[in-house]
Amino acid sequence: MSDAITHTGDHTHGHGHDDHHGPHIKKGILPWIGRWVFTTNHKDIGTLYLWLSFLMFFVGGAMALLIRAELFKPGLQIMNPDFFNQMTTLHGLIMVFGVIMPASVGLANWLVPMMIGAPDMALPRLNNWSFWLLPFAFTILMSTLFMKGSAPNFGWTFYAPLSTSYGPPSTDFFIFSVHLMGISSIMGALNIIVTILNMRAPGMTMMKMPIFVWTWLITAFLLLAVMPVLAGAVTMVLTDRHFGTSFFNAAGGGDPLLFQHVFWFFGHPEVYILIMPAFGIISEIIPTFSRKALFGRSFMIYAIAAIAILSLIVWAHHMFTTGITLSAELFFMYATMLIAVPTGVKVFNWVSTMFQGAMTFETPMLFAVAFVILFTIGGFSGLMLSIVPADFQYQDTYFVVAHFHYVLVPGSLFALMAAVYFWLPKWTGHMYNEALGKWHFWLSVISMNVTFFPMHFLGLAGMPRRVPDYALQFADFNAIASVGAFVFGVAQLLFLANIILTIRGGKKATTKVWEGSQGLEWTVPSPAPYHTFATPPVVK
Amino acid sequence: MIDKRKNRRLGIILFSASILMFGFGFALVPLYNVLCNALGINGKTNTTPVAEAYSPIDKSRVVTVQFIATNNENLPWDFHPSETQVKVHPGENRLITYFAKNNAGKTMTIQAVPSVTPGIAAKYLRKTECFCFTQQTLMSGKSMLMPMKFHLDRDLPKNINTVTIAYTVFNTTGQTRGKSSKAGRISK
Repeated sequence: MSDAITHTGDHTHGHGHDDHHGPHIKKGILPWIGRWVFTTNHKDIGTLYLWLSFLMFFVGGAMALLIRAELFKPGLQIMNPDFFNQMTTLHGLIMVFGVIMPASVGLANWLVPMMIGAPDMALPRLNNWSFWLLPFAFTILMSTLFMKGSAPNFGWTFYAPLSTSYGPPSTDFFIFSVHLMGISSIMGALNIIVTILNMRAPGMTMMKMPIFVWTWLITAFLLLAVMPVLAGAVTMVLTDRHFGTSFFNAAGGGDPLLFQHVFWFFGHPEVYILIMPAFGIISEIIPTFSRKALFGRSFMIYAIAAIAILSLIVWAHHMFTTGITLSAELFFMYATMLIAVPTGVKVFNWVSTMFQGAMTFETPMLFAVAFVILFTIGGFSGLMLSIVPADFQYQDTYFVVAHFHYVLVPGSLFALMAAVYFWLPKWTGHMYNEALGKWHFWLSVISMNVTFFPMHFLGLAGMPRRVPDYALQFADFNAIASVGAFVFGVAQLLFLANIILTIRGGKKATTKVWEGSQGLEWTVPSPAPYHTFATPPVVK
Repeated sequence: MIDKRKNRRLGIILFSASILMFGFGFALVPLYNVLCNALGINGKTNTTPVAEAYSPIDKSRVVTVQFIATNNENLPWDFHPSETQVKVHPGENRLITYFAKNNAGKTMTIQAVPSVTPGIAAKYLRKTECFCFTQQTLMSGKSMLMPMKFHLDRDLPKNINTVTIAYTVFNTTGQTRGKSSKAGRISK
């Protein structure tokens, strides 16, 4: 595709040096704060999203380490069971809504306008608001830790009646923070759709759009479809708690099982919302470092669309053991297995892109290759879980924990890390430290497997999820997993250090940055000027 | 050239779509109940009386109907069926009773919620009278026998030989929702 793009004239030069460093602001802390609070620039907002995500990554990670510390050996060591439940709940909520989603939206903000040759997002003020709701949402969520009673302790899935009849008083703050996150996501998704549909440069047809833009377009539609349903679910929990309704209360004619249907109608598309931008990232990185065009490009687009549509009709595979009818179990089992087909197309195409390519293994490529292998492992354990009779055994065990951490950690998270290494030179104008990047990669990939692979065995042997204590026979694998988790946690400090070092200095990055880079964002100087494509490029 | 009006228009359309989906989340509630009733899934039985069976009794089949009682959240009531199981022919009307006694030091109102196993049998279990249709109130220390009259539809699938009806009683004291009724009780 790269040869189809010609960049007409270097329009960025006329703007002068200050463009590289943002707008003119007075010296001092207040103008600096004002700049970031009132900014409507897509690059600024992208940066804010990414930093918030990074901060929450360490917060959620610290909670994960507390969980693993408690599980290092049998018995209760450092916390009581109720606090353990608060940690698992908040860890899940923060990693899903505070880390993966904001990082994906941050990347979309930075990259989508540059990739389609637009000067900014379509609705810049809405964009500012989408971001600035999030710090408040997470402040509210974190504040529940200091409230009387306890923080939310019912798991990130907040099943009724755990969150209705038995929820601690702080549940209301949790509900409000989910409302804010939902509004933020909906506005962010809306903005991305409008940008992609209305702001493309002349000649940038839909099928010429980079795959990352395509994945985000489809993700944004999924977000618009299901985030309002989540908002509805938390609203029902709220009215059940305080306004006398009985949506999920059997005594009043409601049904607790209904909660699971409503929640997973949101929850299953949500997991594709978490992974599809990652698919896009990987589809950008692998061709670059294989120095080939993406294999089966249009099939990649169709596959994403197929996954998105299927994701809306498989939710009850989370509920096989709730006593739903045999016919429903069969339908949801086959529909779930069907998702393996378009996903298989994607994995096949990534491998085929690498096949006979002139591959090099810079840090982003290492993360991308690890993604392909390890995400596939997570996909396979997902297939195992989709088989109804097998799921009866796996339900609510550590096998499920292993499965979703395999698709989220070396899946979504590795893709996001790959993206940061891949585009960091474009953002900062400096090359990152390759040696440090490789240390970060190898430590992460090894420790991540040490952490999560034994969980498969624990689950098959019958260790339940969400327990602060466990039977003696699970001790060895749990100890191994805990060691892995702490190494993984420490390795992320290298990532932080590398990013800070790259922002502060380092080898100057060229415009193209990578030998095999393709796409419009590699035609603007590094670092990308504050305003790009004020006059649209012409894409042939 | 940025066409701001075009952007705003598409933005408003998409925002309306998300509002619509918010409504859809709530529409799932009646949809769920309609589907459960229509397909007879989820073990939900009729919540209002149906007519008694007049069709001929199918003497060729005997189905065991079992009764279970559970108190939700340490409700201080005695609650149990007078007989734990009966044998009925499909199409036969049968009256059974549940015993209830309020051991709390105050007047309490309860709501019994039924669930049928196997779930598919719920569609064929017809209740002409049930204490679960309304909330039940008892003064402190009082007891009563609560009737439940039912029949099994003659179309009950052949492979079902045992039907279990489980009642869970919930404390609804002080909740004004639903009708509280003293009708249909046999006072002791």
